[in-house]
Amino acid sequence: MQRTCPIPISDYPVVTLAHGGGGRLMRMLIEKMFGAAFSNPLLDRMHDSASLTLPGGPTAFTTDSFVVRPLAFPGGNIGELAVYGTVNDLLMAGAEPRYLSCGMILEEGLPMEELWTIVTAMREAADRAGVSIVTGDTKVVDRGKGDGVYINTSGIGSIPAGRSVGPDRIAPGDAVIVNGDLGRHGIAIMAVREGLEFESEITSDCAPLHREVDALFKAGIDVHCMRDCTRGGLASSVIELAGQSGRGIRLDEAVMPVREDVRGACEMLGLDPMYVANEGRFVLFVPGGEADRACECIKAHGPEDAIPVVIGHVEDNTSGEVTLRSRIGADRLLDLLSGEQLPRIC
Amino acid sequence: MKYIDEYRDPEGVRKYAAALKGITTRPWTLMEVCGGQTHAIVKFGIDQLLPEQINLVHGPGCPVCVTPLEIINKAVEIAARPGVIFCSFGDMLRVPGTERDLFSVKAAGGDVRIVYSPTDAVNLARKHPDREVVFFAVGFETTAPANAMAVYQAAREGLTNFSILVSHVMVPPAMEAVLSSPDNRVQGFLAAGHVCTVMGFDEYPPIAERYHVPIVVTGFEPLDILQGVYMCVKQLEEGRAEVENQYARSVRREGNPPAMEMIERVFTVIHRKWRGIGEIPDSGLGLKPEYTAYDAEQKFDVAGATAEESTECISGLILQGLKKPPDCPAFGIRCTPEKPLGATMVSSEGACAAYYRYRNRHG
Repeated sequence: MQRTCPIPISDYPVVTLAHGGGGRLMRMLIEKMFGAAFSNPLLDRMHDSASLTLPGGPTAFTTDSFVVRPLAFPGGNIGELAVYGTVNDLLMAGAEPRYLSCGMILEEGLPMEELWTIVTAMREAADRAGVSIVTGDTKVVDRGKGDGVYINTSGIGSIPAGRSVGPDRIAPGDAVIVNGDLGRHGIAIMAVREGLEFESEITSDCAPLHREVDALFKAGIDVHCMRDCTRGGLASSVIELAGQSGRGIRLDEAVMPVREDVRGACEMLGLDPMYVANEGRFVLFVPGGEADRACECIKAHGPEDAIPVVIGHVEDNTSGEVTLRSRIGADRLLDLLSGEQLPRIC
Repeated sequence: MKYIDEYRDPEGVRKYAAALKGITTRPWTLMEVCGGQTHAIVKFGIDQLLPEQINLVHGPGCPVCVTPLEIINKAVEIAARPGVIFCSFGDMLRVPGTERDLFSVKAAGGDVRIVYSPTDAVNLARKHPDREVVFFAVGFETTAPANAMAVYQAAREGLTNFSILVSHVMVPPAMEAVLSSPDNRVQGFLAAGHVCTVMGFDEYPPIAERYHVPIVVTGFEPLDILQGVYMCVKQLEEGRAEVENQYARSVRREGNPPAMEMIERVFTVIHRKWRGIGEIPDSGLGLKPEYTAYDAEQKFDVAGATAEESTECISGLILQGLKKPPDCPAFGIRCTPEKPLGATMVSSEGACAAYYRYRNRHG
């Protein structure tokens, strides 16, 4: 793949409305930019739809849109998020991700160089996660009507025969495991967006989860349920699963893995790291007896900086609620927030 | 994390809880003044570790909660004007006015921004000389120095497009209002540590003496609060009513003199209305006459529709420590953080919101 932006600065240094107009400029953008970057036999046919031969059996299908500001942040950019986000959603359903679509909504005036950086990052991310981007769409909106780039990706994956993963399988005695430290993505974004400076740069945890998830199944671990901990953080994911499964879940605040710098930033801003966004973390439910093996699997196959921790267990009741044992040993209810966490006055 | 972990140490907490049990012989009702303390108590479950005889009631120290509806309405009105950049700390944006909140103003096209410091708003005024930048100056003595500094700086630079919508209130007059109520049950206070970091605690001995209540300046971590309760109960058991400082790692008796000077330079003491409680004489701060050019209320001449509070809401009684959230029949049913009936449910630091978030929904 070429490394420099294929649309010469002298021609069109920025995205113009014409790049979404359906004419020659749009074709040029698609062929030179997206086609060049995502190239594979299915995409190269350039039909309105990609014609796929799906392996027989259950299939997972998901979609996600990405509207992050700033477009690039320490540890990643919107392109990587758009690939990993959808790949991870497929993985959480027990599927092996195969094909992605890519819908681009570009803002008039976006520098081509910037778009190229995003597009190449997407290609590299797709390669890393073992998926192909096989179809796409491009629209351009007036300057001021978008934040540079919005990306939508949809994904298809195949679910191996006999594999069943979901909230309905969460059972009393299950261990609740998180695959690494919490809150890094949200704080990394906030630091750039608000111009906050910390002693060390906090980088996003943005990453695909295919290696560790694959390893769990290969090791024969009876994975009951998985969910990624993106918007709303770990707490929102676990609360959702408690509600969907109708099971009571108990978590232990004292063992929550949060890095010192992230904790410091959260303390300062009045945020609870359990509710801060991640992009490479998921919560895993396995039978209690398999917890140690599951942790070893994740440790061996996940990113180096992600240390898995057992953070709680599923109780033998049908409350559908999450109880948190606080750091000082008292219990409280863990509940969804009304909206985003807001920094407090004092 | 230093200065945090040692104050959340479960072993230390257990020891203090046991010591407290050892000295408690009778029922006592204490009030923690600050919303930050209420939040910590409910979040960490500190009240579950106290002897049964100790009853903690929650005080009026939540700045978001006590900001009157009229001021919120004024904020909404100003923020909706074309050409205005309205700046606020994050948690004020979701507080509903009579018609709508600041988030809705933003959604309707108003330029409403979350800032982390009033000086960020001054910077915006510098950067956008063609726009009117207004900062929502809410809070107790803790936020007053920085807000005063923003006005002082703007005045020194001759910025004419910066103003603040002031709703500053002060803690000691509110404590006196609680104590002088005929229904008062409060026998001792945990005073707000951060307010005292700014103001010191010279204002408290006359209150302790006049009403014969112990006042312990207290921090915000679990061990701080337990130690504050312990010091307060010890005084009560021994029949003393003195002012003591638990939060010595942050608070000096004389406070922070440069911060106090800045408040005095820009603000003057005025009567203020407290949401849910009513007007308390000499309980707030307003801009001094020489700074009226920076007063958004004057600059924008907003009426701020006066508003009727829900008759069902008991937040006034909760803010005075006379009731607790689960005592309210609407709690968790007709009143939730998404559809709050009143003051104490609107802010994350409000007692009702804290109970709703961390406790069983229906009391």
